[in-house]
Amino acid sequence: MKKWFGALAAITILIVLQLTVVDRLLLTGPIQEGPYIHQILILVGINIILAVSLNLINGFTGQFSIGHAGFFAVGAYASAFLVTTVGDQVHQTLSFLPSTGQDAVLLILGILAAALLSGIAGVIVGIPSLRLRGDYLAIVTLGFGEIIRVFILNINAIGGSRGFTGIPRLSNFFWVYLFVVIAVMTVQNLINSSYGRAFISIRDDEIAAEAMGVDTTRFKVMSFVISSMFAGVAGALFGHFTMYLHPNTFTFIKSFELIIMIVIGGLGSIEGSILGAVLITVILEVFRGFGPYRLVIFSITLILIMTYRPQGIMGSKSFLLKPRRVRAK
Amino acid sequence: MSILEVANCIKRFGGLVAVKDLNMTLNQGDLYGLIGPNGAGKTTIFNLITGVYQPDEGTIKLEGREIQRAKPSAIAGFGISRTFQNIRLFQSMTVLENVKLARHMRRKQQLFDAVLCTPTLHREEEEIEVGALELLKIFSLDTVAFELARNLPYGSQRRLEIARALGTKPKLLLLDEPAAGMNPLESQELMHLIRWIRDEFKITILLVEHNMKVVMGVCQKVQVIDYGETIALGTPKEIQDDPRVIEAYLGGA
Repeated sequence: MKKWFGALAAITILIVLQLTVVDRLLLTGPIQEGPYIHQILILVGINIILAVSLNLINGFTGQFSIGHAGFFAVGAYASAFLVTTVGDQVHQTLSFLPSTGQDAVLLILGILAAALLSGIAGVIVGIPSLRLRGDYLAIVTLGFGEIIRVFILNINAIGGSRGFTGIPRLSNFFWVYLFVVIAVMTVQNLINSSYGRAFISIRDDEIAAEAMGVDTTRFKVMSFVISSMFAGVAGALFGHFTMYLHPNTFTFIKSFELIIMIVIGGLGSIEGSILGAVLITVILEVFRGFGPYRLVIFSITLILIMTYRPQGIMGSKSFLLKPRRVRAK
Repeated sequence: MSILEVANCIKRFGGLVAVKDLNMTLNQGDLYGLIGPNGAGKTTIFNLITGVYQPDEGTIKLEGREIQRAKPSAIAGFGISRTFQNIRLFQSMTVLENVKLARHMRRKQQLFDAVLCTPTLHREEEEIEVGALELLKIFSLDTVAFELARNLPYGSQRRLEIARALGTKPKLLLLDEPAAGMNPLESQELMHLIRWIRDEFKITILLVEHNMKVVMGVCQKVQVIDYGETIALGTPKEIQDDPRVIEAYLGGA
């Protein structure tokens, strides 16, 4: 009961924020830089989804994957393609609904398609490559990310190297942060369950995990697939916000950016990933004024953080993940 | 009734034959010792039984079921649990979580329950925790239940590993050099603990040890391995007087 109440409260808060702060203040309000701030807010949300999901495989299951941008791309293009193809039909059949309702249905369809396709991509990559460990897995996932990008670059139906244009803007602050909440809750609940213990046991000692009856291959693939599905969802939200997709958005640089977020925040800490996503996204924007020196300052910041806080800002600490304790009996 | 039956097992690593024609029969409730000098192949035998390696020839049967081709996780599910020579705890997990993990394969929760935190999950998690705490109490580890496993002293880590192995509710428990790094007094206590576990949990125990005293004190039946070959099999008394065993341990005259 409490749980449903919490979910309802979260949705209400998001709707209220959307209608007041975002619509009235940022987009049409007195603040001159409102739309810019709004854009950063959305990007922060999308990066949180990506970082938290990447943390599931890299931080909790301990498998070093650096191809997250690939799944992000699969989701973005899958959703954009579906929505642009069936968009008119859906609008016609649902003409009895107000336009926000039609958009919502369309966006949810897109997100489902994105999650499904990225999930399938996750299975295809995960089953053969998760037999590999450490550096080898990193190289395979890196290669996979690039394969996806080159693949998209050469498909004309989705724009190829010209980029995918004409995507309707369907996502907004409400949808992005709704999925931020869903992603964070999903990962947190998973980690607190028997599944989460299995993931962490694989990170700590694969041989011991297997000896305790954890089917390590199956659980590695499971965490990989869940992680890639959320990357796909983030992709769908991204495409329907920017209204334009280009393969160059999804290079391995994007994957590294995500890795940096979770390492800075602390591998194996959900709040760490959120913090990392916010910090990196905002820092990159703040330093925009420095022009060509932006990346130099960014790198120095990274070096300083890693020197003084190698375990990341949060370490593996977590306030969300209090161990459940049995009440005294 | 025999619980574990190893028949004509051979394991080769390249040109080296690590285990030669191994035969071994454990009966229900046995406390069986496997000894031999360093490098004799004892741990390899453990790895064969638990599925880490697969034998090149021969069969391994648990309660009549052939298990030599199964994955380690499946074998754990059939009821064989083990500890490791160099302790392998889940370092970043708490003591309690280490034992809770052992219940993983008996879980009833589905992925769906975990993500949505359903009542099924709450009920099961609470049940797991109560069970794990009880087990920790037996090994007097309940006071450190919320400490990280890596922060425990050596002796407690050994006990925790045994507790975790018992958490899977095994029929057969394999202990790989449990007395390694212990002083004589600690090994003495350990022997009592091992015998007590066998009686309390009504399980069969296979013990690998190169410390002769531990094995002689606790096992009813001992098999001596040298260079992958069985050189003696019998009661501790018979083994002690066997000239081949003396030769393997002390070198030929």
